[in-house]
Amino acid sequence: MKFQEYNARDWKSHPPYHFEAYASSIKRAPLKRLVKIKQTLSEITGPLFGPEAVQPGDADLTRNAGTEGEAMGERVIIVGRVLDEDERPVPNTLIEIWQANAAGRYQHEVDQHRAPLDPHFVGAGRCMTNEKGEYRFLTVKPGPYPWLNHPNAWRPSHIHLSLFGPSFVTRLVTQFFFPGDPLIPMDPILNSVPTKSGRQRLIASYAHEVTEPEWALGYRFDVVLRGRQQTPFEK
Amino acid sequence: MKQTPSQTVGPFYSLGLTRKPTNLLAFDTTQGERIRIEGYVFDGDGKTVPDAMVEIWQANAYGRYNHPDDKQEKPLDPNFLGWGRSGTDKTGGFSFETVKPGAVPGPDASVQAPHINVTVFARGMLVHAYTRIYFGDEPANETDPVLSSIKDRSRRQTLIAAREEKNGKLVYRFDIRLQGENETVFFDV
Repeated sequence: MKFQEYNARDWKSHPPYHFEAYASSIKRAPLKRLVKIKQTLSEITGPLFGPEAVQPGDADLTRNAGTEGEAMGERVIIVGRVLDEDERPVPNTLIEIWQANAAGRYQHEVDQHRAPLDPHFVGAGRCMTNEKGEYRFLTVKPGPYPWLNHPNAWRPSHIHLSLFGPSFVTRLVTQFFFPGDPLIPMDPILNSVPTKSGRQRLIASYAHEVTEPEWALGYRFDVVLRGRQQTPFEK
Repeated sequence: MKQTPSQTVGPFYSLGLTRKPTNLLAFDTTQGERIRIEGYVFDGDGKTVPDAMVEIWQANAYGRYNHPDDKQEKPLDPNFLGWGRSGTDKTGGFSFETVKPGAVPGPDASVQAPHINVTVFARGMLVHAYTRIYFGDEPANETDPVLSSIKDRSRRQTLIAAREEKNGKLVYRFDIRLQGENETVFFDV
């Protein structure tokens, strides 16, 4: 069988497993050399989710807690496109997001930060990209929060994203940040990305054309998944 | 365009990813031999990892993936997607209820032994890791092209799940060691 393979992981874009400044990576990083294998049918296929994976309202985190109430905080509209390395849109792919509330607290038993929980905010949402690879969420801007990585450590405001793309090897979990956040240069998780341009690509841009008057600021965050090698030309 | 950099799932991924259980792949109507996969995730100190997440992707019992790029003439099973996700619990354990996959083609007209494709995520893992589960009682492992490509034979064992029977159920035990002497083989793929 002949396959169109996907491009390799770009290790200049992705962090290493072991990144000293991010303490939790030290004992959880694989340290042996990865075994390089050829892509097979197992890798070029992957889970595809149908429209039933998303319910109406799933992409509105300000109102999807099931309480009828509205989340507290600064409303923000997040839009973007999911593309491959050749700038082709990735349509009909599932995006799952999760985040802290406006006060910087996750609705999660492990999070004991002394900041209020918001009964009207779960902090999770999902949507599918459309035919052009576009997505849109409405949420509140997450607050920064302290963590124990080093003294006086604070995570900049960020939203986690999980994406699948068309194959097992296009899977990506990442997070994006908000422009102008003073905590960004100090964040070991973002700083694990080896290049300045890579770090820059994890910062959303303010998008005035997305901002809605009297309602909410708009931000744009595009995601680039692994591309696919072209079909060999046959005469 | 350049790939968007990976980042860790962090300690609170369950909020977005595992609030609803997604580790049941097989139903009463699914074709094939019912199996349970269970195991633990360990860190470099041998401690279990309670905030890891494991995802699996596999062919159905006939050896066909539910995906348009699998053009084999084997039957699809409408009651089997082939994907599942399990967060680890407080003890670092994960599990899946599925069916044993059939063999699928490999490179250069070879045949791959039945296997399950695995991605591992965790707080502390900046990039997810790729590995595979093979079945301990499967003679085809001897000729599997991917297992054979692991030069250090002793490391191949880290991908082989041990067959156990528990209360009449067929269980394959597969532990994931992120680091250390018996570090699981992870792939660059």
